[in-house]
Amino acid sequence: MTDLLAARWLFGLSLAFHIVFAAIGVAMPLFMVLAEWRWRRTGDAVLLDLARRWARGTAILFAVGAVSGTVISFELGLLWPRFMALAGPVIGLPFALEGFAFFAEAIFLGIYLYGWDRAGPRLHLLSGVVVAASGAVSAFFVTLANAWMAVPAGFTVRDGAATDVRPLVAMFPPGWPHEVLHVLLSTYIATGFGVAGIHALGLLRRPSSAFHRAALRIALGVGGVAALLMPFSGDLSARQVARLQPEKLAALEGQFETERSAPLHVGGLPDVERGETRFAIEIPYGLSLLAFHDPHAEVKGLLAFPRDTWPPVARVHVAFQVMVGTGSLLALLAALHFLVVLRGREHPRPLLRALVLATPLGVVALEAGWLVTEWGRQPFTVWGLLRTADSVTPVAGLGLPLAGFTLLYLFLAVVTVRLLGRQVASAPGEEAAPEPEVAR
Amino acid sequence: MTPADLLGGAMMVALVLYALLGGADFGGGVLDLVARGPRREAQRGLVEGAIGPIWEANHVWLILVVVVLFTAFPTAFAAVSIGLFVPLVLLLAGIVLRGAAFTFRHYDRPDPRVRVRWGLVFSVSSVLAPLMLGTVVGALASGRVSADGKDPFLWLGGFPLSVGLLAVALFAFLAAVYSAVEAEGQGLPDLVDDFRTQGIRLGVQVFALAGIAAVLSYREAPLVFAGLTSRAWSLPLHLATGAAAVTAFAGLLTGRLRRARAAAALQVALIVAGWGLAQYPYLYGSGPTLAAASAPRETQVAVLWALAAGAVFLFPALYLLLRTFKGERPIAVVDRPPRG
Repeated sequence: MTDLLAARWLFGLSLAFHIVFAAIGVAMPLFMVLAEWRWRRTGDAVLLDLARRWARGTAILFAVGAVSGTVISFELGLLWPRFMALAGPVIGLPFALEGFAFFAEAIFLGIYLYGWDRAGPRLHLLSGVVVAASGAVSAFFVTLANAWMAVPAGFTVRDGAATDVRPLVAMFPPGWPHEVLHVLLSTYIATGFGVAGIHALGLLRRPSSAFHRAALRIALGVGGVAALLMPFSGDLSARQVARLQPEKLAALEGQFETERSAPLHVGGLPDVERGETRFAIEIPYGLSLLAFHDPHAEVKGLLAFPRDTWPPVARVHVAFQVMVGTGSLLALLAALHFLVVLRGREHPRPLLRALVLATPLGVVALEAGWLVTEWGRQPFTVWGLLRTADSVTPVAGLGLPLAGFTLLYLFLAVVTVRLLGRQVASAPGEEAAPEPEVAR
Repeated sequence: MTPADLLGGAMMVALVLYALLGGADFGGGVLDLVARGPRREAQRGLVEGAIGPIWEANHVWLILVVVVLFTAFPTAFAAVSIGLFVPLVLLLAGIVLRGAAFTFRHYDRPDPRVRVRWGLVFSVSSVLAPLMLGTVVGALASGRVSADGKDPFLWLGGFPLSVGLLAVALFAFLAAVYSAVEAEGQGLPDLVDDFRTQGIRLGVQVFALAGIAAVLSYREAPLVFAGLTSRAWSLPLHLATGAAAVTAFAGLLTGRLRRARAAAALQVALIVAGWGLAQYPYLYGSGPTLAAASAPRETQVAVLWALAAGAVFLFPALYLLLRTFKGERPIAVVDRPPRG
């Protein structure tokens, strides 16, 4: 394994690990504060129990997210010092602001988790709201930096360094709104369906459990709305990518030839040597329609671009199909859920079973979408300006930290799952809910 | 005052606060490791309760330093990341394991064996992290930063390691003094005495390790040595640090714990600030100056504005956090007190 590959694996692993906890850190506080808010309004002890259990889960997940995020802020320099030397001054501003959002999240989560009987009710609830909001603000700022890497703006390069920096232009590069929206929705979907699956299992075992029913409604309420909004966000993204990053769109869709009235390739495997995507279902006019809202629009194919700027086409295409496929499935499940709720019914068992099976799908879609962005930007770290191979550290022997951190992440993942399992296993069923320990 | 100087100053302020807040959390882990005697579980419990609500917020100061460094002084960040790769990776391992193990212990089964196991991971990594943090500071001060990463162990030297050990002792000292105040607030006189004894013992170690580091700096870190001996501000700084140390000791001996806490915090702040002053205007060794490593002025000005805006929000929030968990009258100012 070359050091470049080891660096990519290590950073990819760190991000793939962190992104799950980061997403949960955005959405989970919202669920928890919604449960508490409803408890304070209704006085239903089940909701208090739910808020407190979700808060405990949030505490575990947030701690792992906080420390794994620290790893990333250092790894930016440890693995990609040349990237940071160029990009640091340009995209540092959103990172600095993200730092303050993280401060807010950590401070008010401390008050929330440990302050059930030290803070008054208004301060406690408000702390939860601040945690939920600052989590979303954090994701907002970090995604801005990622959007800049894909479509860099707001500076010029002279002698290998950034000059004429316009920090606010760089902070909001072209295409930022679609990426930020897409990422924020994905966090609520991943977390919502992940949590809903666990409580759907609880409902299958104890159909009359008010605890699981309340939990399912909150998690799917938020995650389901996000899942239904996602197709619109996806449409916006497709059109922006078609305009700003035509190579990436061509790779996403496995489109090699430049053509008018381009068909959409569903599934299939792009074959770079032959210059075609095989085994795909072709929907006539589909791609032109999706990318430009015009069935006869011209879509640029990969062959229109120099070969050494192509992303890894097959991987990008497959990851994109996984993201769209799982996302669509979840949107369907969300629609079914709202249908049931609006008609005032209980969830039928087949739907609960489907929700259990869908537990990991939101996270799968999130990871796949993240892979699409990152692979889709290759071979560059800063698109068109700095190649990944030129960003890497000169330090040798990166296999060793890669092995070490792989073991560390495995260990953290196993323990986290076990501890969350412990929280779930002790969740109440239909037996009487425990007395609330705090005053409302 | 250029924007670069202001940003250098902001990083020093953040580092001082990281030492006073985050450092004490690591120190709490060290106390967990060295807890002895019949009340060792009670000592550990008190430290756990004290750290719980605040350690994640305290930890963000370090991230702020990293972010300001890579935004405002990008070439220095790149050079330090390359040159100090190994101790920084070890620091990260310590940070991850400390935070994770602390949380896992809190939420895992309340079985004593399980607690001991997590406690061990928590406390050992609480030694590793400040040891590496201090070593990094020592390596920066002595300029042992491998330029091209080809000498990954250049940082391994007497002075950096002595600063690493000094950091461990200093943070543990701070934690002992804070814990004594905390125990007093909870009405636990036995624990107060334990932490006072511990604080005095650790204070002596701090003194010894600081002496060793000072001697080693003569050969390895001339800038630090000059700062200790021959700059215009050397003597006043020494006098102030010495007075703070004496006040802290006296406070521990006589039971004036709040005064001891303030003095210990001042002592630590002066030590960190003294390093910054000695180093100025160099970012490490006699390597690049703040001005030479600076990002474009537009960037630095934007970061200064971001820091100012963030501070307006951050400090009241931090006050609220400390007020909620460390204050005498918890929260009556901002919210009506809880019933009962």
